[in-house]
Amino acid sequence: MTRYIGRRLLETVPVVFGVLLVVFVIAHLTPGDPVLIALGEHATPEAVEALRAELQLNDPLPVAFLKYMGRVLRGDLGRSIQNNERVTVELATRFPATIELSLAAMLIASLIGIFTGVLAAVRQNSWFDGVSMFAALFGFSMPIFWLGIMLILLFAWLLGWFPISGRLDFTVELTRVTNLYLVDAVLTGNWAALGNALRHLVLPAVTLSTVPLAIIARMTRSSLLEVLRQDYVRTARAKGLTESRVVRRHALKNAFIPVITVIGLNVGGLLSGAILTETIFAWPGVGRLVVDAIFARDYPIVQGTVFVIALVFVAVNLLVDVSYAYLDPRIRYG
Amino acid sequence: MRGIRLALPVLVIASLLVTPVFTSGAPRSSWDAKACGRVGGTLVFGQAQDAVTLDPADATDGFSVNNTSNVFDTLVRFTATGTQVEPSLAESWTVSPDGLVWNFKLRRGVRFHDGTPFNAQAAEFSFLRQFDKKHPYHHGTFEYAEFTLESVKSIEAVGADTLRFTLKAPNASFLAMLAMFSNAISSPTAIKKYGKDYFKHPTGTGPFKFVEWVQKDHVTYEANKEYWGGRPCVDRLIIRGIPDNTVRLLEMEKGSIQMMDQVNPPDYARIRGNANLVLFTGPGLNVGYIAMNVEKEPFNDVRVRRAVNYSVNKPALVRAFYEGIGQPAKNPMPPTIWGYNDAVKPYEYNPEKARQMLAEAGYPNGITTELWWPNRARPYLTQPQKIAEALQQQLAKGGIRAKLVTFEWGTYLSKTRNGEHPMAILGWIGDNGDPDNFLYVLLDKDNANKGSASNIAFYKSNAVHDLLIKAQRTSNQSQRAAYYRQAQTIIHEDAPWVPLVHAARVGAYRKEVENFFLHPLQIWWLHRVWIAK
Repeated sequence: MTRYIGRRLLETVPVVFGVLLVVFVIAHLTPGDPVLIALGEHATPEAVEALRAELQLNDPLPVAFLKYMGRVLRGDLGRSIQNNERVTVELATRFPATIELSLAAMLIASLIGIFTGVLAAVRQNSWFDGVSMFAALFGFSMPIFWLGIMLILLFAWLLGWFPISGRLDFTVELTRVTNLYLVDAVLTGNWAALGNALRHLVLPAVTLSTVPLAIIARMTRSSLLEVLRQDYVRTARAKGLTESRVVRRHALKNAFIPVITVIGLNVGGLLSGAILTETIFAWPGVGRLVVDAIFARDYPIVQGTVFVIALVFVAVNLLVDVSYAYLDPRIRYG
Repeated sequence: MRGIRLALPVLVIASLLVTPVFTSGAPRSSWDAKACGRVGGTLVFGQAQDAVTLDPADATDGFSVNNTSNVFDTLVRFTATGTQVEPSLAESWTVSPDGLVWNFKLRRGVRFHDGTPFNAQAAEFSFLRQFDKKHPYHHGTFEYAEFTLESVKSIEAVGADTLRFTLKAPNASFLAMLAMFSNAISSPTAIKKYGKDYFKHPTGTGPFKFVEWVQKDHVTYEANKEYWGGRPCVDRLIIRGIPDNTVRLLEMEKGSIQMMDQVNPPDYARIRGNANLVLFTGPGLNVGYIAMNVEKEPFNDVRVRRAVNYSVNKPALVRAFYEGIGQPAKNPMPPTIWGYNDAVKPYEYNPEKARQMLAEAGYPNGITTELWWPNRARPYLTQPQKIAEALQQQLAKGGIRAKLVTFEWGTYLSKTRNGEHPMAILGWIGDNGDPDNFLYVLLDKDNANKGSASNIAFYKSNAVHDLLIKAQRTSNQSQRAAYYRQAQTIIHEDAPWVPLVHAARVGAYRKEVENFFLHPLQIWWLHRVWIAK
């Protein structure tokens, strides 16, 4: 197993390198000059030229790429063109917001999704099955933008149960350690902040969870149904075990393998920035950062963000693969 | 004795050349028109984005500028309701007869927020770090310095009280340039202390002091009770970034923010119908236009260009897409700017006449071309796609069959600056209320170089150029106005553009907010605003 993990870790190097190369080339070859965009309708030819030189945007592409790779290997992701902030610092302030939102959304999606899927499979063709699968389809088809605003209108604006947008009321003091507000609140024993942060988290997390929830519910259901048809399950039933025991001890673990895959893929997807949700709820995460950077042609930010996302994706997928071995003893890595 | 006899006439002549002179028993500033009705409280302003940077010299976007303008002062500033210039950190100034040397006498007794004194050395440092690329603290790209300080040859402190600018050529709009946000004065001590991180620790002389920036979320400021212009009315100012226009409006309705920018036109009615809210509208300092590339056929023929002008129904556009707020344009610059030529007779909407003109020009069956439009909402172009489609329909009736072409903003700017378009929709937002800022930048032949043109009609008129350069070189405003009016007449006849609309500026706030006036430059100065109980 260790050798397997070791080999997988080595494989991440060419993967991440390839990702960086592609992003670098696409970003730089896209028409649009960051300096021109910064100046907008304003810009004298002299100004544009002067700034391009300052930002070293005039290097030929291969040279620029090699210089960039050199810096990355030393842990330097460069500085934002828009405000000269170190990319690592920008990411460090924004990623925790996205992590918090994504994990909360995944938690909701997984718990409710798996629970619903299992129940639907066990009570196949019952009213619960029909209603829950319909609801899942509904959630999957709903445009997130619309759903988010609807939730705000109903629960925040009309009923006032939750705040409308943001991560924390500015009236609440919180010492930021990790920038994960829930963690920081617990670490500093600041219960008022914990409550406030949780209230802000609910609506965006629910909005973001709807699509993964639907996928997980349906996946769980069909996977479990598939497993329940297997011979060993029939054997277990024949041996006289209760249905609940059959499901819990014998069927679930195996049914989860495709579900874990789906969860893993979704976590990677969510961490890349839930751009729509972040926009509606004014959630200061990575999604908006990278989209704004693309429009501004802020190459260092775009490249740095994609680099980190690639690393995250690779790590999550490795975790998923390793978990297979735990779930199904027949799977062994050499 | 002889010295004095000579000196007096010289002094008199010199003082006649001073434009303008204010002595230290200065008339009250336009900003002090009303005393605070109530002092105290927290004001929350929500805008579409959080600041990108809090360093005024490095900012290029309006969201950052709305922040920095409350923290910093410039040597001279715009008046509270217009684009004339009045003293600020400089109490008075003189200019040499050849127009090249400007001496600014600085206000005494002013301190930066970190307690260090404001003086000529500090002002010199603040300018040089953005102007001189070799300055040790030149950290940033300072895009606006490139164009506002373009005419400056050197900057030096003379004694502790005077800052001297020497220009390369006389430039009448120099004062207006100095009033711009990027020329705000920063504390050298803070710049040295924070180095490349200064953009997160703005330290100025202005009415609000920086407290905290939760990046991409909000910035918190507290009142500078020692502000030389009188403390701001509120105790705390919070500026939040809330991207979605609808969500921002909901927050304001709920009361968690008191002011917001960028209202969706369909929401104007909603705000007006809500007794707790107020909608502010005023003429904007912008223009939306169609530029015809005069270097491409058939737009090299003035008759074709006029035909395009006759085909556009501007009042219909304003009604449909600007909720009636905004006015049809007949000149490249808006009526709010001095020197506007109201005598220009606009091309009326007349598709029949358009067809006739095209026939005269040799196109009896009309023309087929492209209309480019930018895929990004701008103040002067509220709903780009719909407006482009409406224009396409209007032009068709005049015999101009235009295919719609679009690109994302960055790409669009690149390509139009390179002259790849036959007809393109674009606009301009004025920076400083000077006519030069519109006419020279957008329609002078100096700015029609492929690859970097701001004159995307590539209109090169020597007559216009001569007028605009003469206007730059004289500081007599009524003379300048006369030149600009003449230029507008010529431009109107040559018709390189279809000027479309001057969009109004819009803001909204809760009724308990008092004494707010959204400046024509659309910068949200909030130090004279108070919150009634």
